[in-house]
Amino acid sequence: MGKISFSRKSLGIPYALFLVLFVVAPLFVLIYYAFTNGQGQLTLANLTGFFANPNTLGTLCYSFAVSVTTTAVCLLLAYPTAYILAKSRLKAKSVIVMIFIMPMWINFSLRITALKEILTLIEGNLAYYPFANAVIGMTYDFLPFMILPIYNTIVKLDEPLLEAARDLGASEAEAFLKITLPLSVPGIVSGIAMVFLPAMTNYVVLDMLYNSTYIMGSLIGSYFAAYNWNGGSMIALILLVIICLFTLLTRGAEEEENPRGGALL
Amino acid sequence: MMKKRNGKILAAFLSSIVMGISLPAGAAAESESPANVPEVTLRVCNWEEYIDLGGWDEEEAIDLDSGDIIGVNSMVEDFETWYYETYGIRVHVEYSTFGTNEDLYNMLTLGDVYDLVCPSEYMIMKLMAQGRLVPLSESFFDTEDENNYYMNGVSPYIRSIFAENEINGEAWGKYAAGYMWGITGIVYNPELVSEEDASSWRILDDPAYYRQVTIKDNVRDSYFAAVGALKSELLTSQEFLEDPDYSRRLEEEMNDTSPETIALVQDYLQDVKKNAYSFETDSGKADMVTGKVAANYQWSGDAVYTMDQADEDDFTLAFAVPQESTNIYFDGWVMLKSGIGNDAAKQHAAEAFINFNSRPDNVIRNMYYIGYTSVISGGEDERIFEYADWCYGADEEEEEVIDYDISYFFTEEEGSGDYIITAPAEQSNRQLSAQYPSQEAIARSSIMVYFDDEQNEAINQMWISVRCFNIYDVPVWAWIVIVCVIAVLAVFMLRNAKRRR
Repeated sequence: MGKISFSRKSLGIPYALFLVLFVVAPLFVLIYYAFTNGQGQLTLANLTGFFANPNTLGTLCYSFAVSVTTTAVCLLLAYPTAYILAKSRLKAKSVIVMIFIMPMWINFSLRITALKEILTLIEGNLAYYPFANAVIGMTYDFLPFMILPIYNTIVKLDEPLLEAARDLGASEAEAFLKITLPLSVPGIVSGIAMVFLPAMTNYVVLDMLYNSTYIMGSLIGSYFAAYNWNGGSMIALILLVIICLFTLLTRGAEEEENPRGGALL
Repeated sequence: MMKKRNGKILAAFLSSIVMGISLPAGAAAESESPANVPEVTLRVCNWEEYIDLGGWDEEEAIDLDSGDIIGVNSMVEDFETWYYETYGIRVHVEYSTFGTNEDLYNMLTLGDVYDLVCPSEYMIMKLMAQGRLVPLSESFFDTEDENNYYMNGVSPYIRSIFAENEINGEAWGKYAAGYMWGITGIVYNPELVSEEDASSWRILDDPAYYRQVTIKDNVRDSYFAAVGALKSELLTSQEFLEDPDYSRRLEEEMNDTSPETIALVQDYLQDVKKNAYSFETDSGKADMVTGKVAANYQWSGDAVYTMDQADEDDFTLAFAVPQESTNIYFDGWVMLKSGIGNDAAKQHAAEAFINFNSRPDNVIRNMYYIGYTSVISGGEDERIFEYADWCYGADEEEEEVIDYDISYFFTEEEGSGDYIITAPAEQSNRQLSAQYPSQEAIARSSIMVYFDDEQNEAINQMWISVRCFNIYDVPVWAWIVIVCVIAVLAVFMLRNAKRRR
């Protein structure tokens, strides 16, 4: 028996196989369905149908609204938290970070069920504020994904830079605005990417908190439930394109601001 | 049993790899003793939690006068044993479940193979229309055979429905055997909602119950309720009710899918969306019991369950059947061509499975476990009526009682008077009225027919439009905000680009 040559590259084979089977192949199926009709003929009707229908376009807007609001709220909550955590001189810092991650260990639907009870207690009737509930639910769910990357970038900041700024006479606020904030942009960007995209489609939160309006995820589901696989595939594809564009945009910003990387994504 | 089978397949697989490729896979199986090998494998797919899984405590036994009934093993295991004892053939049941009719249909379309499935009537009609079902065999209808529990025990009322309703000129009953049935109605909290309000579909968009009522999250149930509410005046008018052709006209009105009606339904449901607490499939039961909502559009079987749960917390809920009309629905067993094919042994096992689940003691076990009402009335066997009486009959010390007549379900002879439950008075709008709807409720029941593809598409599109956010509803201030944000971002990016240069 000859020696089996084993390079580091072959370690990637299982993943490549997985990728082909479960990502690339389904993508082709998706594209096939998106550009055919029920009889299997090529058509662009699904595409034009999406952009001609005020309801699907409106749903896209609504998803954006939920998603943008969620991301903004997450960012407003996460940045100060991450900043304080990273700057604190506590020895137990990692324990505190742990506390923020811990909710992620509990099953997500269980957490939303609990949240439902709490919101009912506060609001009296959950159904009065469907939009706010959706944002609260998603913020609750995605906050750790925003805190972690920001925390990671701030923790790795060069302390001497700040010392230099102070030596040169910058106030605390100036130092923060001119050094800490710009340098933590990569963390913010990857945090946004990790919150914004799932928030577009995570309809389970809306369902469980009784928001009766569809977002993109539930819209796709409803097409499949109505046996309209072609229309559903097209919406999924459009969403995919939007996500790709978004990722490219944020990637660009990330590389430009911080060639050394350091973010989570 | 399952393990052995898998082991065998694995062994065959491994040996074919080791020995080369040409070894016939059957060779590995030869050493198995034939007695333990299942001769027939039956693939059954049913709703989740829709059959007795056994494991009851002894205290749970149902102590009827004619003897105790208890579920020790699961129904499926008991069937396997019974089939071997009765027919001397080993059968192995591969039991799986589905969540919605649409899921089942998609599973079948994607190539999952089952022999026996239990969808609702409209899905049965769809499968029938597409020619995907195997008709029940002649021997299944033979009432001389005492093992044919289904034909000997099915309620005459249900049997006539299955005989009268046709699709493409063929009666349902030729392909389908009923399992459970029920109607739709409103579960309500009598302290917050009057019986009169709950007895109309118009409660769904009644501003008096703003954000207090839930509605079903599926297009068919919502459509039915909306049509009922829209045509409320006509449907409850004296003239309409006294029409000699009432039943047929009612069914026609409730299944109206003209474009005008669909448009009206869309508007109505949009109002409901703004007024109701939520669209739900499952969570409504819990929300009703915990008092989050005052009323809840519900299927009768789940209504019984909801009221039972509330009773445990000393919280009284009631059930009302809307005056306009109620949707009577069925789940039934059908055999699939893709699974059964021409395999007579398999078909025999499938039909035996239906019959075994129609044996009165098993019917009671299933009903007790699931909470829905079986289509079986028992025929000569009185135990199912006995069970209804055991559940709802009044104690002797009960002061206010009513005579609740459910003869329509148990016998063909009109006014026989043999099937009357003397129940506590409150049961006229509690569990009993949901488990076995009154004659009056049945009189205004309508089935919902199978819509053809064109109608389905129109209705589904209507439903999606109801649930979507219409872009014309985006308020002006939101547009202004959007434009501002885009402008700011553009300026920011331009500046960045300039700086880089």
